[in-house]
Amino acid sequence: MRASATTRPVRQRLLLTVAGFGALALAACLLAPLVGSTRIGLARVFDRSVPFAENVDAQIFFVARLPRTLAGAIVGASLAASGVVLQALLRNPLASPFTLGVSAGAALGAMLALTLAVPVALGGLTAVPIASFAGALGAVLIVYLLATVRHRGLSTEVLLLAGVTLNAFFSALILFVQYFADPSQTFRTVRWLMGDLDVSSYQPIVASLPFLATAFAVFAWLPRPLNLFALGPESAASRGVNVHAAQRAAFFSASVATGAAVSVGGPVGFVGIVVPHLVRLLVGADHRLVLPASALFGAAFLVACDVVARTALAPLELPVGVITALIGGPFFLWLLVRRR
Amino acid sequence: MLGAADVTFGYGDTPVLRGVSVRVARGSLVGVLGPNGSGKTTLLRLLAGTERPLTGRVTLDDVDLRTIPRQALARRLAVVPQETHLAFDYTVLDIALMGRYPHLGPFELEGPDDVALARAALEATGTLTLEHRLFTTLSGGEKQRAIIASALAQFARLDDGADGPGTGAPGRGEILLLDEPTAALDLHYQIEVAALLRQLNARRGLTIVVCTHDLNFAASICRELVLLRDGRVIAAGPTADTLTPAHVHALYGVAADVRYHEAAGHLTVVPTARAGA
Repeated sequence: MRASATTRPVRQRLLLTVAGFGALALAACLLAPLVGSTRIGLARVFDRSVPFAENVDAQIFFVARLPRTLAGAIVGASLAASGVVLQALLRNPLASPFTLGVSAGAALGAMLALTLAVPVALGGLTAVPIASFAGALGAVLIVYLLATVRHRGLSTEVLLLAGVTLNAFFSALILFVQYFADPSQTFRTVRWLMGDLDVSSYQPIVASLPFLATAFAVFAWLPRPLNLFALGPESAASRGVNVHAAQRAAFFSASVATGAAVSVGGPVGFVGIVVPHLVRLLVGADHRLVLPASALFGAAFLVACDVVARTALAPLELPVGVITALIGGPFFLWLLVRRR
Repeated sequence: MLGAADVTFGYGDTPVLRGVSVRVARGSLVGVLGPNGSGKTTLLRLLAGTERPLTGRVTLDDVDLRTIPRQALARRLAVVPQETHLAFDYTVLDIALMGRYPHLGPFELEGPDDVALARAALEATGTLTLEHRLFTTLSGGEKQRAIIASALAQFARLDDGADGPGTGAPGRGEILLLDEPTAALDLHYQIEVAALLRQLNARRGLTIVVCTHDLNFAASICRELVLLRDGRVIAAGPTADTLTPAHVHALYGVAADVRYHEAAGHLTVVPTARAGA
């Protein structure tokens, strides 16, 4: 199948891929808000003859359920796309958006905000998303400085080691802070760490958009250098890639996207590794196809997982991170075995 | 012409090249020989422009390499590493198309012309039948030939026509730099790659610089040699004048017999006794 796919011109494959995965993402975003304790119909939601104030279906769709769905879509798209970028940057298909310490930094930030009950609020946002985003960026900067201090470019080996070490160190700090927290704070922290799309307004989505838009603008430029990274930095440079600039762009765009996604939905696990791998099985290795397809499929995947999380044990609502981990864990093990 | 003039280089406090000068004329086939740690690979990186010399200059047609834009340089000069390990499953055609990178704008997708040129490059290295295979499933020799095809695709221009890269103008001065291209290959593939390089040099006018510690491989294809030891050039010139028992001893500390082999058609080096043994 892959052989026949590569005989088509890349332009055609790109259009087909974006159209296919785009339709999937759109369908997920339209259908997911229909599912819930109250049944609503898509036709009535978009019935313009009834004023919005009297259209209960439209109110439930747009006010109660769509924010959560959209949050799932942007978190899923960002984590999946960041996963693709970091896997290519580190030349390691088992890397994830959280490999480089972003999630641990974000968790420490969120943890501090929850435990200290910081009263800060900015433009309708509570302290937790702000603190988690700040924590994510702090972790990213530390890892970056470590990886560049003794090298002219980014050392991907040091990036990986620094990320793993920082994850462990921040986790220790989280436990330290948690020791002094009271049980209700601890419960909320644990809930946050599971990754939960319990978003009930458009505010956090709007706040994350400038960061995500910037990151995705860089993502649009990245696929060709990412393809060349597969050959190794030296071969990429000899083919005309500005390797240092491309590595920096990849690292910071993926980190900002991950940080923004985590500030909205918490560290939802496995999306950033399961989705890129499924997409590669379908479209091959070319990052010009893998990156947009992963973003769109990531959106659809997380929205679908969240529907399962909301309905599986209704009226209980599970955090979506539990569902993605239940799917992702076995999938990850299958990948490990398959690669032998 | 590619040249290094009195270049020095080091990693941290360790000097690797201590004042090296080499000249690579158009259309030549030069071997850089030396023991492990002699600075061969570093010299190749300086010639490729992927590392900058601390002092001295590397020039391409008398233009300092650091003033040539990366993509423009990549259209004239390509590098083939010792081994290529891919992290993802690209096809052989994908790899060849990566050679089109310096010909495309940041958001440009390759068109039918680029695919045709990439396939012509595969044809030139005898790998066109493998175009849809995954690179990771190839043998070592096939991989090396696919990577060389990717390098040839860097040179190809649209007006080259169906015959592919390097056929039109012999004096275009395209340069292929290879770092130990046969070190990971068995004898059969070594000979295959040697024949391919000789053919690319003779028929397509490619200038080739190859780093190797395999004396017989170098003797079989190179017309000129540069001998490196401890970051210095100890001899340079035509292979027949440079590949001598005295130089082999100076490089490796090994007594060796160097003689012309009638059947092989080139000089051969056979170690006779280890110095001091």
